[in-house]
Amino acid sequence: MAFSKVYESAAAAVSDVRDGATLLIGGTASDDAPAELLAAVLAGGVRGLTGICDFARWDGADGLIELIRAGRVARLVSSNPFPGDDGGDVRRLWESGDLEIELVPQGTLAERLRAGGAGIGGVFVPVGIGTRFAQGKETKVINGTECVLESPLRADVALLRAAAADTMGNLTYRGVQRGWNHTMAASARLTIVQADRVEEAGNIDPELVITPGIFVNRVVQSVMIDGMGG
Amino acid sequence: MTVDKERLDRMIIAMRVARELPPGGYVNLGIGIPTLVSMFVADDSVVFYHSESGVLNCGPLAEDGNEDIDLINAGGQFLQPVPGMAYFSSVDAFAMIRGGHVDATVLGAHQVSATGDLANWMLPERGVGNIGGAMDLAAGADRVIVAMEHNDRQGNPKVVQECDFPLTGKGCVSLVVTDVAVLEPTPAGMVLREVAPGWTADEVQSVTGARLIIGDDVKEYEV
Repeated sequence: MAFSKVYESAAAAVSDVRDGATLLIGGTASDDAPAELLAAVLAGGVRGLTGICDFARWDGADGLIELIRAGRVARLVSSNPFPGDDGGDVRRLWESGDLEIELVPQGTLAERLRAGGAGIGGVFVPVGIGTRFAQGKETKVINGTECVLESPLRADVALLRAAAADTMGNLTYRGVQRGWNHTMAASARLTIVQADRVEEAGNIDPELVITPGIFVNRVVQSVMIDGMGG
Repeated sequence: MTVDKERLDRMIIAMRVARELPPGGYVNLGIGIPTLVSMFVADDSVVFYHSESGVLNCGPLAEDGNEDIDLINAGGQFLQPVPGMAYFSSVDAFAMIRGGHVDATVLGAHQVSATGDLANWMLPERGVGNIGGAMDLAAGADRVIVAMEHNDRQGNPKVVQECDFPLTGKGCVSLVVTDVAVLEPTPAGMVLREVAPGWTADEVQSVTGARLIIGDDVKEYEV
């Protein structure tokens, strides 16, 4: 049988996610989370998770917010963790001490993830100087600009979405799927992709591959395709 | 002290800001009044919009029924696909910002100090805030233009000598456009450039928390 990274279901693809795992979750502010993978993690019953994502404030029912509400997330690293003006359920859990939150400027989150995925020991960024975000961190003046040292981020598992994946794990995206999904793909030991379309190797033009399959371990065909290109 | 004069509405603020956008430039618009600015860019002035969600040359918002969950701006609003769009990773989205490739950003604010410190991510009374990409934009965009109401709902000045709200960036604001004035933070302090129709410089000073530097060349706000 030919080699393939394709798993039969989301449940099978996430079955070895363990308690205490650190998860990267792709997507932005909309209902574009890898919802089927997240639902499978929820159903799997794991707890004590750390979630790393741009937005935790998914409006829909099937984002990371469901894992947070279910008390499965102990720690959140995010640029936009709080829903709405008042912070909603996330604020309640944070204030009760059940959820630890590390707030990270969005571009710094991206660059820390890139460093983690690229094996770089940290990055000096000119962002946050003179604010609480630089407190307690090493700073350095580089070419006349004061910068702060930010540490690399790396996770156990990345849960991502793509428009198409082939059996080798090569990915293409549509629209802003590329934003966080491509950024996170290299930054986990186990990268699992929920794809709108799964193709045989050779059906994605190598010139058009955005994320090369070396960064992708498992692929699952999406069951419910919301994207208009599906 | 309060001044009982008419203030400009959000549309006029947006119109005034639109005149500041560099023709042919790349611009990132924040949420609130800044979002309105694109409505007032002259037809013959080409401006390219950047969004942190990973899209360049954003156009108008999608109409009802044509929403695509994979085509949104940083505020989570659905975009129409338009010719010339480009998509990219979050790393690239912020390389554009941090690397100085974005010519101007228009942001809202809770407070701006006399020397251009910006506080716009958290109201202390609310206790929580999302930082998003504001801090990267404050640090990286060539020009940071603040568009906001001059005073908050309780009448407190938002142009202050020193910010006491948590900072987004130090000395980063280039220009402040409010419903009563156009102001320029400088290392020497806040310079009053323009006043809203019917307002005097002294009246603007009376609703402002920063000591204003008032020159002989203060003009009436033109849109």
